[in-house]
Amino acid sequence: MRVEAKQEVEGTNKVMTGADLLIESLVAEGVDTIFGYPGGAVLPIYDAIYRSEAPFEHVLFRHEQGSIHAAEGYARVTGKPGVVLATSGPGATNLITGIADAMMDSLPLVVFTGQVARGVIGTDAFQESDILGITTPITKYNYQVKQIDDLPRIISEAFHIATTGRPGPVVVDIPKDISADLTTGDFDNHFDLPGYQPTEKPNPLQIVKLAEALGRAKRPVILAGAGVLFADAAEELKEFAERYDLPVATTLLGLGSYPGTGSQALGMAGMHGTYAANMAIYESDLLINIGARFDDRLTGNLEHFAIHAKVAHIDIDPAEIGKNIKTDIPVVADAKEALLALLSADITQPDITAWNEKIASNQQAFPLWYERSDQLLSPQWLLEQIYKETSGKAIVTTDVGQHQMWAAQFYAFDKPNRWVTSGGLGTMGFGFPAAVGAQLACPDDTVVAVVGDGGFQMTFQELAVVRERNLSVKVLIVNNEALGMVKQWQGSFYEGRYSESLFGFNPDFVKLADSFGVRGMQITKEADLPAALAEAFAYDGPVVIDCRVVKQTAVYPMIAPGKGIHEMIGVTK
Amino acid sequence: MKRIITATVQNRGGVLNRITGMLHKRQFNIDSISVGSSEIEGISKMTFVVEVSDRQKLEQLTKQLNKQIDVIKVSDITEKAIVARELALIKVGSSSQSRSEIQGIIQPFRASIIDVSRDSLAIQVTGKPDKVDALITLLRPYGIKELTRTGVTAFLRGQQPQVSEMNAFTV
Ligand SMILES: Cc1ncc(C[n+]2csc(CCOP(=O)(O)OP(=O)(O)O)c2C)c(N)n1
Repeated sequence: MRVEAKQEVEGTNKVMTGADLLIESLVAEGVDTIFGYPGGAVLPIYDAIYRSEAPFEHVLFRHEQGSIHAAEGYARVTGKPGVVLATSGPGATNLITGIADAMMDSLPLVVFTGQVARGVIGTDAFQESDILGITTPITKYNYQVKQIDDLPRIISEAFHIATTGRPGPVVVDIPKDISADLTTGDFDNHFDLPGYQPTEKPNPLQIVKLAEALGRAKRPVILAGAGVLFADAAEELKEFAERYDLPVATTLLGLGSYPGTGSQALGMAGMHGTYAANMAIYESDLLINIGARFDDRLTGNLEHFAIHAKVAHIDIDPAEIGKNIKTDIPVVADAKEALLALLSADITQPDITAWNEKIASNQQAFPLWYERSDQLLSPQWLLEQIYKETSGKAIVTTDVGQHQMWAAQFYAFDKPNRWVTSGGLGTMGFGFPAAVGAQLACPDDTVVAVVGDGGFQMTFQELAVVRERNLSVKVLIVNNEALGMVKQWQGSFYEGRYSESLFGFNPDFVKLADSFGVRGMQITKEADLPAALAEAFAYDGPVVIDCRVVKQTAVYPMIAPGKGIHEMIGVTK
Repeated sequence: MKRIITATVQNRGGVLNRITGMLHKRQFNIDSISVGSSEIEGISKMTFVVEVSDRQKLEQLTKQLNKQIDVIKVSDITEKAIVARELALIKVGSSSQSRSEIQGIIQPFRASIIDVSRDSLAIQVTGKPDKVDALITLLRPYGIKELTRTGVTAFLRGQQPQVSEMNAFTV
């Protein structure tokens, strides 16, 4: 309807509301899904959505936090920006956790918030909040629209900033009178951002330095982070690593940037990484970091991190280079561009047979391990079964806690962008809504949300959305009737004083699912799992599977806080 | 070490907030910030005097500033030939007897008296921060009733020495 009306007036006197202009701009940006929740300050926008016949979908979540985590899941699996819409005041503040999460994990989001009308901004009007002030430290950039005719330019800038360079969230705050106002005329969405020109091509001199260092290295190792995924450089990484026979460790967020079952794979490094990955970094003489930010959960105590190594760091964000680790070879570039340059560089095959043998023997001698139990399920085994049942091809999202680490350890991702987890902020409540967003983005893929019984209770209200849209998300609750990761730390570092980490009551998750019209299952014996999983994955619709796991299980190996990357505990039984 | 950093920024809403917020969040020690318009419309110039512990911290500071979308250019001008000035307004207590004494003190600083009341004098002084500091120290015995400083603003001299020599300027 709207589109026709617009065409009618076109050429004569094009009249539209700010909200119509917003929708038109979103369509021009190729937006197909909006994750949102209405309210007073965005009523004109919701009216424009109602009237619009443009080819996009608005998905109504049950909490703004759900909508933004879903947008993050969508962005993570598609590489496209997730678009979020919420009202002013409480609607906007409910988005904060998701915005901060996206900032930490560099996810491209464009977040639209309603604002009170310009005339009353600053008067503590009903549902006013200073969302620019609140979000400044947790956004890549933010805007408040001051004039209706600025909207198209601001929107194109917002999408540009969110998706280029190091991606991140951009907030656009729109006062209600701007979305309601009428405007005529032609709009110029041309923009100029003289202060924002990400460097994509590597400096050839640094590439030569890196090539030379590699040729001379005796113990090289690659650390691959999410930068490889954002740059769509998994192919190039594989070729580079395999051409020179280089071992590849991955960060938590970088899982899938190199195939988990690939010949060079060491698995995840860091606090709960594999012995082989952590020791390779500890002992290496050349550490090539591609698109990772040397987060403290990866490095452990900096005094012991890669102390024998020359450090090369490829990152599109210059500020990450040298931030935590002294860097010998800085390469400011997009990971794909840098890898392409390395692939065409002149590099002598380093003599690393002995090194690779040592790594292989570490892998042999110190694999990930776990104990089985004849009561309840062993959680690691459970994750292995999920891997088998989905042939390693599912999109897996997780919440935060022990189950997250087990999923990272025991589900090998051979393809990029199948792994969705909250790494930097470690946001409980993330996993399930993120799965909803991933499923909306990839309707034909199997999507599994691996969640804890704690975290699921933070955002399970989005079961209404999966039911409403019959999204086939499979929710796997790793149920230990506790805040498992907190309990583990209290067990290890606070002499077993389990302060507020044991649940005295949990809902009946089967009945809970049932109340949403979603299939629920409960598994308490390992013997029952395979059949149940087969049934759940064959079923065309959402399923919640409450898996009762052994409560005392801890995540190992572990680098205890303050310890070095080589000082893992729980490497063997 | 103290450094003088200048930044050319796009004059968009919230830019000052974004930059000071970042400096605070990343725990940089700022002695002063001064901001004002530049020769180009829509472009502002910021001057920071910062205390950093080492080169690595300094590099982080300039990188984090550069990373801001609105920041067009960042320069560490500490070791360049520069002119750096600060303005201070100082209100000191004075009686008719001490007035001429104070006048004598401020004269070598080329400071001026810009307001006089029965029991106080307002003095304006411009210069490098150490000069301003020195004057403040000399005036302190008279009782400083109010003091306000603008923070340093600075730019490069028209002519830079060929060999980069350590600047004698102390901030
Ligand atoms: C929003 C939020 N609050 C608190 C925490 C701290 N925290 C980290 S893990 C964890 C326990 C998670 O328990 P559960 O969801 O049951 O997962 P499990 O560790 O048992 O697998 C908590 C409370 C957090 N990460 N996020």
